[in-house]
Amino acid sequence: MDIQVRVWRQEGPSDGGRMVTYDVKDISPDASFLEMLDVLNEKLILDGDDPIAFDHDCREGICGACSMVIDGVAHGPEKATTACQLHMRHFKQGDTIDVEPWRAAAFPVIKDLVVNRGALDKIVAAGGYITAPTGAAPEAHATPVPKKDADLAFEAATCIGCGACVAACPNGSAMLFTAAKVAHLGLMPQGQPERDTRVIDMLQAQDDAGFGGCTNMGECSQVCPKGIPLHLIGRLNSDYRKAVRKSF
Amino acid sequence: MGDFWNDGDAIVDTAAPEGPIETRWDRRKFNAKLVNPANRRKLTVIVVGTGLAGGSAAATLAEAGYHVKSYCYQDSPRRAHSIAAQGGINAAKNYRNDGDSIYRLFYDTVKGGDFRARESNVYRLATVSVNIIDQCVAQGVPFAREYGGLLDNRSFGGTQVSRTFYARGQTGQQLLLGAYQAMERQIGLGNIEMNSRHEMLELIIVDGKARGIVVRDMITGEIATEMADAVVLASGGYGNVFFLSTNAKGCNVTATWRAHRKGALFANPCYTQIHPTCIPESGTHQSKLTLMSESLRNDGRVWVPKRAEDGQKPASQIAEEDRDYYLERIYPSFGNLVPRDIASRAAKNVCDEGRGVGPGGLGVYLDFADAIKRLGKKAVEAKYGNLFEMYQRITGEDPYETPMRIYPAVHYTMGGLWVDYDLQSTIPGLFVVGEANFSDHGANRLGASALMQGLGDGYFVLPTTLGNYLAAGPFEKVAEDHEAVVAARAEVESRIKRLLEIDGDRTVDSFHRELGHIMWEYCGMERTEEGLTKAIGLIRSLREEFWQRVKVPGTGEQLNQNLEKAGRVADFFELGELMCIDALHRRESCGGHFRGESQTADGEALRHDDEFSYVAAWEYATGESAKPTLHKEQLEFEYVHPSTRSYK
Repeated sequence: MDIQVRVWRQEGPSDGGRMVTYDVKDISPDASFLEMLDVLNEKLILDGDDPIAFDHDCREGICGACSMVIDGVAHGPEKATTACQLHMRHFKQGDTIDVEPWRAAAFPVIKDLVVNRGALDKIVAAGGYITAPTGAAPEAHATPVPKKDADLAFEAATCIGCGACVAACPNGSAMLFTAAKVAHLGLMPQGQPERDTRVIDMLQAQDDAGFGGCTNMGECSQVCPKGIPLHLIGRLNSDYRKAVRKSF
Repeated sequence: MGDFWNDGDAIVDTAAPEGPIETRWDRRKFNAKLVNPANRRKLTVIVVGTGLAGGSAAATLAEAGYHVKSYCYQDSPRRAHSIAAQGGINAAKNYRNDGDSIYRLFYDTVKGGDFRARESNVYRLATVSVNIIDQCVAQGVPFAREYGGLLDNRSFGGTQVSRTFYARGQTGQQLLLGAYQAMERQIGLGNIEMNSRHEMLELIIVDGKARGIVVRDMITGEIATEMADAVVLASGGYGNVFFLSTNAKGCNVTATWRAHRKGALFANPCYTQIHPTCIPESGTHQSKLTLMSESLRNDGRVWVPKRAEDGQKPASQIAEEDRDYYLERIYPSFGNLVPRDIASRAAKNVCDEGRGVGPGGLGVYLDFADAIKRLGKKAVEAKYGNLFEMYQRITGEDPYETPMRIYPAVHYTMGGLWVDYDLQSTIPGLFVVGEANFSDHGANRLGASALMQGLGDGYFVLPTTLGNYLAAGPFEKVAEDHEAVVAARAEVESRIKRLLEIDGDRTVDSFHRELGHIMWEYCGMERTEEGLTKAIGLIRSLREEFWQRVKVPGTGEQLNQNLEKAGRVADFFELGELMCIDALHRRESCGGHFRGESQTADGEALRHDDEFSYVAAWEYATGESAKPTLHKEQLEFEYVHPSTRSYK
C-alpha cells in the first residue's frame, strides 16, 4: 500500500521543529508501524537526507522504549497496543498519518521523535521501591500473600514506563505512572513499612520533575498500552491522605 | 590447527576450589579477601549494562558501599532486554515436594548443557537459586501465587519437577523491575552514578589491569573516558549477529568484543540457542522476530504439505492425507514435544525441501484444530488465549480458524567472554556476568535458567568475588593523560571518523541483513565444514565491502542512530567470523551446535567426548590476516557422567 506520513522533525532541543511530509510507497500491510519507518529511513539515507530518529528496542511491546503520537493518539489508534505492535493493516491505502513525539513539559525533545523521559526514573528513585538489601531476605514462604492482592499488585506492576499516560494528559501529569507503582508495592505485605513515605516522596518528586497535576481527565488510562486502570489514582489519593494525616 | 586458527596453551581455572562440590562455594567465600566497609567508598566500580545481571550487581555493590558508575544504551536502566523474558525462573526450592533439590537442578543443568559446562559453576548456580527467590520476594516481585497465598510453580522445558517461578508471561519484566528499583534507590542515595544513553566503545587497560572504559554520550556525541578500580561487563548476548533474532534491536556485542580485542578470551562463540516457536518473517521489511511460548507444542500439531506445490495454498484446502505431520512421523515417542534443537532443525529441513508455508516458504503449521475438537474452543482459549491474541496482533490471522505459522529464530547465545570461577576474564579486573559470559549453560541452556544465572551472578556471586579482587585496591589513580587512556580514546575517535567518512552507497541495515543471512544459512541450525568455510570467505568479502561502501549519514556530534548501528555491525562482522571458525573447529554435534558430519546413522546429534570435552577459548588475532589462537580448558565430570540423549 502507498501512504503519506507527516512527521515531526526537530534537529535538537533548541530547534523549533516542523511537520514534514513523506511518501511511503509499496509498504506491506504486514509491516509494523516502526518497520514502515525503517523502510522510509533506508530511503532517506540513500537520498542523502537525515533519517527520522525514534526510540525503540524490544519491538515486542514490553520494554517501553517506543513513544510516538500517531494521528493524535499516544501509540496510535489500536487499543492497548504499543507503537511497535501496531501494524500497517490498520491503515488504508492513501492515508496520511501524523507522527509526533510525546509532548509534555517534563519530556523535552532531544531529536525528532526522541524525548528525554528521565523524569520518570526520578519518581522511582524517590520511593518506588521496597528497601531489601541483598542477602537480608527472609525465606520466600515466610510471608504468604493473598492471591487477590498478589494478582492486583501484578496488574499494577505491568506498567512499562513508556510515558504514554503523560503524553495523553492535558496537564502532562504522571499520576497514573506513579499510582501504578504505589499500588503495586502498597498491595504487598513487604511494601507496608515504607507505604506512607513512599507515596509522599514519589508525589513530591513528580511535582519537582515538572509534571502537571491530575484533574481526573482519564485520558491516561485510555491510551495505556497495558490497560492500567484509572481507579489506581483514587487509591493513590487515599494512600496520600492517610499518609499526610499520620505525619502530623 | 587449521587454515583458520592456531593452537595455543591450555588454560586452567585457577580460582575454582577443589574438594566436595557441595562446599566449594562456601570455601571460596570464606577464602575470599574482604574489603573493610570504610574502604569501600574509596573504590569505584564500572558496570556496563543494566539487565538482570548488571542491574542486580550495581544495586548490590552500591548497597555494600562501593561507588558504582553504571552505563546503558537505553534511555532508562529499566528497558534492558531482560525485560522481555517470558517464561520464568528456576529455583531448587522443592516447594512441590516432588523430589527437587540443589543437586537435581545441578544435574539437569549439566545434562541440558550437553556436558559442555563446568560442574563447579553449575553447582554454585543451583545453590544460589533459592536465595534469588527470597531476594525477589522481599523486593515485592509479584510472582504468581496460589489461593493459600504461597508461591506457584510450573514445570518448564521438559523437566520432571515443577521448579519454575513465574509472573504470568512477564517474569523477566517483573524481576528486572525489582533490580531496577533497587538500583534507583541507590541512585537516589547518590551511591550509583547512572549514565543512560551511553555506549561503551573501548576498554582501558593500565599496567595489565582493566581500569576504565571509553563511552560515547549518545545524545551529544561526546566521547569521555571513565576510570575505576574494576570494570564489570553485563552487556548481554550477541544473537543480533543474525540480524533477525528475538533480541531487542539495540542488543550488540560491542562491549565484550572491544574487551576481546584487548586480550579477553572469547569462549564457545558458536553455541547459539535457536527457538522453534517464533512467528515467521512476513517480508523484507522484517526487523526482528517474536517468540511465542513453547507450551504451544503441548496441544498444537506441527505439519507441512507433503507436496511442495501445495505450499502456497490455504491450509484449509490441503486434505488430511496430503499433510505431513513430520515430527510425529520421525519421532513417534516424543512427537511434537521433541527438544528445541530437534524441532528447529526438522522445521528447517522441511522448508529446505521446498515444503514450507507462508511468505517465502519459511514457516511450518502449528495446528490447533484437533485440540479445539478434543477440548473445545473455551479450554484452548483458557490455556493459550494471550498467545493466540499476540499472534493475531502481529500476523492478522486468527489461529482458532487457520493454523498458526511458526519458524525457528535465534534466541540466546551460550558463548561469551571466558571467565574463571570468580567470573573474572583473562584481563585482571575485568569481570563478566550474565549472558555476556560463557559460563554455566554449556552448549545449550535450559528454559527458565537465563534469569536465574543473571540474578545469581549479580546479586550473589560477583559481590563476593569482586571484593576479593578489590581488597588489593584502591589502585593508583590513572591520569586522564595516561598514554593508555589517550590511546583508547583516540582509537574510538578515529573509528567514528572512519565510519562517517566512507559516505558510500549502502545502508548499515543492508549490510547487517546480508551478514545475518550468511550466519543463518551456514552457522545456524546445522553447520558443515563446507558451509562454514564458504561463510568465512563471504563474511570477509562483505566486511571489506562494508568498510568501502557503507553510508552513515549525519555527524558524530549529535544523536545519530545509524552511527551507533554502524559501529555495532562492524563488530558483528568480526564476531561472525570467529563464530564460524569456532563452529568449524568443533567437529562434533553438541547442544545448540549440530555438525552435519557428526550424526548417527538415523540423523541424531553425535558428540565426541574423547576429543571435544573442553571449552574453546579464543584469543584475538591482531593484524588483518592473523589467525585467532585456540586455548582449551579441559572439562572434568566428577559427578554427572556424560550420557547420550535420545528422543526416538
